[in-house]
Amino acid sequence: MSKLEEILSKKILILDGAMGTMLQEYKFTEKDFRGDRFADWPVPVQGNNDLLSITQPQAIADIHRKYFQAGADIVETNTFSGTTIAMADYQMEELVYELNFESARIAKKVATELTAENPEKPRFVAGAIGPTNKTASMSPDVNDPGYRAISFSDLHKAYKQQAGALIDGGVDILLVETVFDTLNAKAALFAIDELKEERNLDIPVMISGTITDASGRTLSGQTAEAFLISVSHIPLLSIGFNCALGAKQLTPHLEVLSQKSDFGVSAYPNAGLPNAFGEYDQSPREMAQQTREYLEKGLVNILGGCCGTTPEHIKAIAEVAKDYKPRKLGLKQSSKISV
Amino acid sequence: MNSSTTNPDIDDTSSEEIKKEIRPLRLSGLEPLVITPDSLFVNVGERTNVAGSKKFLRLIKDEKFEEALTVARDQVDGGAQIIDINMDDGLIEGKEAMVKFLNLIVAEPDIARVPIMIDSSKWEIIEAGLQVVQGKCVVNSISLKEGEEEFLEHAKKIKRYGAAVIVMAFDEVGQADNYERRIEIAKRSYELLTQKAGLPPEDIIFDLNIFPVGTGMEEHRRNAIDFIEATKWVRANLPHVSLSGGVSNVSFSFRGNNPVREAMHSVFLYHAIKAGMNMGIVNPALLDVYDNIPKDLLEHVEDVILDRRDDATERLLSLADNVVGTTRENKVDLSWREKPLQDRITHALVKGIDAYIIEDIAQARQEAQKPIEVIEGPLMIGMNVVGDLFGSGKMFLPQVVKSARVMKKAVAYLLPFIEAGKTGPRQQAGRILMATVKGDVHDIGKNIVSVVLGCNNYEIIDLGVMVPPEKIIETAKEKNVDAIGLSGLITPSLDEMVYLAKEMERQNFSVPLLIGGATTSKAHTAVKIDPQYKNAVVHVNDASRAVTVVGDLLKENTRRKYMDDLKVEYDTFRNNFKKRSKVKSFLPISEARENKFKIDWDTTNITRPNKLGIQVIEDFDLKILEDYIDWSPFFRSWDLHGKYPAILEDEVVGEQATILFKDARALLKRILEEKLLKAKAVFGLFSANTVNDDDIEIKFEEDSEEKTMLFRTLRQQLDKHKGKPNFALSDFVAPKKSGIQDYMGAFCVSTGFGTAELAKKFEADHDDYNSIMIKALADRLAEAFAEYLHKKIRREDWGYAPEENLSNEELIKETYKGIRPAPGYPACPDHLEKLSIWEVLKVKERIGVELTESLAMWPAASVSGYYFANPEAKYFGLGKIKEDQVKDFAERKGISFKKAEKWLNPNIAD
Repeated sequence: MSKLEEILSKKILILDGAMGTMLQEYKFTEKDFRGDRFADWPVPVQGNNDLLSITQPQAIADIHRKYFQAGADIVETNTFSGTTIAMADYQMEELVYELNFESARIAKKVATELTAENPEKPRFVAGAIGPTNKTASMSPDVNDPGYRAISFSDLHKAYKQQAGALIDGGVDILLVETVFDTLNAKAALFAIDELKEERNLDIPVMISGTITDASGRTLSGQTAEAFLISVSHIPLLSIGFNCALGAKQLTPHLEVLSQKSDFGVSAYPNAGLPNAFGEYDQSPREMAQQTREYLEKGLVNILGGCCGTTPEHIKAIAEVAKDYKPRKLGLKQSSKISV
Repeated sequence: MNSSTTNPDIDDTSSEEIKKEIRPLRLSGLEPLVITPDSLFVNVGERTNVAGSKKFLRLIKDEKFEEALTVARDQVDGGAQIIDINMDDGLIEGKEAMVKFLNLIVAEPDIARVPIMIDSSKWEIIEAGLQVVQGKCVVNSISLKEGEEEFLEHAKKIKRYGAAVIVMAFDEVGQADNYERRIEIAKRSYELLTQKAGLPPEDIIFDLNIFPVGTGMEEHRRNAIDFIEATKWVRANLPHVSLSGGVSNVSFSFRGNNPVREAMHSVFLYHAIKAGMNMGIVNPALLDVYDNIPKDLLEHVEDVILDRRDDATERLLSLADNVVGTTRENKVDLSWREKPLQDRITHALVKGIDAYIIEDIAQARQEAQKPIEVIEGPLMIGMNVVGDLFGSGKMFLPQVVKSARVMKKAVAYLLPFIEAGKTGPRQQAGRILMATVKGDVHDIGKNIVSVVLGCNNYEIIDLGVMVPPEKIIETAKEKNVDAIGLSGLITPSLDEMVYLAKEMERQNFSVPLLIGGATTSKAHTAVKIDPQYKNAVVHVNDASRAVTVVGDLLKENTRRKYMDDLKVEYDTFRNNFKKRSKVKSFLPISEARENKFKIDWDTTNITRPNKLGIQVIEDFDLKILEDYIDWSPFFRSWDLHGKYPAILEDEVVGEQATILFKDARALLKRILEEKLLKAKAVFGLFSANTVNDDDIEIKFEEDSEEKTMLFRTLRQQLDKHKGKPNFALSDFVAPKKSGIQDYMGAFCVSTGFGTAELAKKFEADHDDYNSIMIKALADRLAEAFAEYLHKKIRREDWGYAPEENLSNEELIKETYKGIRPAPGYPACPDHLEKLSIWEVLKVKERIGVELTESLAMWPAASVSGYYFANPEAKYFGLGKIKEDQVKDFAERKGISFKKAEKWLNPNIAD
């Protein structure tokens, strides 16, 4: 904790890029996803990327290594969907603990190797905690706005299991990410806070929301500042945004966080907006140029990439970022004077 | 524990540090609500509470949740910044109802934008509520009632759910019902919550129990004042917390009498807010405007709230009987519709009634020469009333929000007419981008400025409210605008403006940046914004100035110079601001004299008085004065504010003003017919010249001997803007060295003879009313006499305006030439000069008006002063003066410095 925060105040930490984009290049088949162990699984599992931590661990480790080599200080575990809620689609609820534990172990192993190679640049692993595929404060049924497909306590239980497994697997940070419903995130934070107390553990927590479109709001309708206020009750290493938007579109929202937050600020945008084919085609150079605006304005402490980004993107971003000082940490709001 | 002297240490060493830091209470719905020490009172909506609203209870019981949602929506629309939701009722499945209703609310963005207060006495309902709301809520409430263990357990959970919490002043012993118990429980709760539960102090909101007053029970007498004083204590000793309460409790014993309840709520809030209460559950419909509370009701209510007299409750009760139904018991009281147009418009704005505004504005438009005048005139007059009430804490935000809505409707109606009024192919004077900055929704000022600029041939690109800086920058580039105008009403908007200035600089903008809005100031603009941007930044806070400023900034030939001047001005302002020791800058008296008001004595008009010397008027016919009475101050002396005759129709005080006026006329008639009072005057017109800058030397005859004497005047010393002179009355008289003979006069009138005797007679009859009345009338008659005499002198005795024929109204407005300043008033605050007038005119000997030892005139209904005839003579205020002038004044007058200092003290700058 102290180490990470110390580094955070000195330099801009680089987070890795997309896992999914990298995995696509392997063109894994249903058979590859299943491996020997799940050859007879009753439902198709292709697309269950988290499963690859068990069935294709080498690929996962290689991707982590590529990101570290590109200049990342932190990689995220391959656990975006690692909850009983998200795994229900594959009937793999029983595997949740193992998926998270293994993913954490793989990433930590690579991180330890790289740190040993260059102790000057310690590498960290963030346990990725995704939003699940259900929302606690929105109804999936337009005709029944009062209906909820998931409850706070179900989310709380699932998140507690995932976070516990990630910690057991050795992650350095917990990263609640791609938050499109703040209530889901609050359930995750609630679970994490309990774990910290139960285990007497002070693990840093990052949170990253998603502004879904030009409205400037999360999917559940909150503005950036309302989002910040809603999750500030737990001490955070950083708060930020990822996904949905490219670097350029994210700027105004990061400015809000940068101005109002006492925590670090993170950003890992997509490689631009998707083209007509739904692909992200922003070049590493272009993306890095766009993130330069964050750096000039001193908006961020942690910078990385989301959908469509590759080690080349991260390399280009790291290149640009190394010349800039991180956003100043400290009591932003409290010290504000009003005239 | 003893009351105000108690000051227990909360956090021994660092408590001072903690107090200095600002830690706002931050809440959220879909949007943030940040409550800082500068925030206005936060109004919590109470209608979605089954205990507080019968309608809501019925809807929930009948499971009409959709309809119940409209109750919530109405509150948010009506200005509630937080909505309190309570489902505690024996016939309701509370937990289920809470969850269901909250789930529905969350699906309504126009409701869910505000934070929610989850209100229940049952923890399971509170927790169920916390589990379905994404924003940062307020829990209402927890307390030490069941002991520390449960208190801390709930507090920890609340922290983990990310909510703020209301803490009731309640402990194992019971509810706090006096000052000591309130602070005892608050202190204990605060320490437990911050030290044991790890709750940030800013997330604590104390409810110190508002209990009814006026119940007739002795032990309830201090209920309100104890709350207010405990609030003050908490504010001073428990850093960063908020203070809240359910206001309607206080008036519980006056149920059924809404006018009294409304007054009680307003009075209570007025004092509680001053003490530090910053939020509360208030029904805006049951809240009167503090200033609108009739005087007698206000006094009676304050007696009860503040426990000012033993018989306060009985007195309010007996008054309440009369108040029932007289004001707004009937909610559709439309009597104000009978009032003159301006009053109707003002009423609609103050009361936030939009039902008739279009009709009234349509009429105003017909009557105005140009539609724009309706905005500049009637609407602005009304909004100024709103602004004043609000500024002095006598109107609350929800009410102002409603006012704004009415204003907007009116402006929206007028816009097409204003548009249509612009003729011909348009040669635009420039293109101005207007925006209310991000996070701010207030746009009345901006809209007015836009409208006014639009009428002056500028093309306005209005981006509306809550405009993100990127959009402003982008639009400004795209549309190639000539200036950018930013507006904001709330404090955070100031930071937005600073940010935008930085961005404009970073992106190499060159267009001027205009800053306006209620929260902005020249100081902030100069100190914080101007340094961020190399090009012009200017603070423009009213619509009328906007036109000239923009004109100067955009015109080719003035632009450069204006901008340079601005930069210098702001730079200087900034430096002064930084250096300021709160002391304004003054000129040494010698420099002030150099900067005197200069009349061109070669061309100015000087008339030799027809009759020089002193004259006496004995036993003047009072009947003549009746038409010269200025009635407005008469009403003011009775604390009824408004202009005569409009005040008689005034919707608030009109009724009382009319009654008062009738009584006054009756007594006046008696005075005139029975000659109860005597009017006398003495005045003199003299050859006069200014000597040594600030003295006026007059010549007069006494005992057939020509004598001279000096009137001493005082000179303004404030360091003024270039071109503004430092006035003294002596500037209005030709200096001796000019060789031009000039003149001045002095006078004393009195209508007070007989007043004291009459007043005594009334008092003997226990008729205080008429006793005050006679004095008030005598005062008016004295002023009328002074007015009459001044006119006579202008037309006859001095005769410099023989053709003058002004109506009484014009006289009151002082449209005549020349002035009659009175010692003790702003232009010559020095009462000592009365002694000179008395000496010259032999006032006491001639008409019997005496000066008391503090130089007050006796009889009181007297007026004395000088006459200056120069057409350029004007009334001014001396303002503060410095020691050097006091010293100089003492020397000139031949009195000790100490004496001069004593008499001039209120005017000496510290």
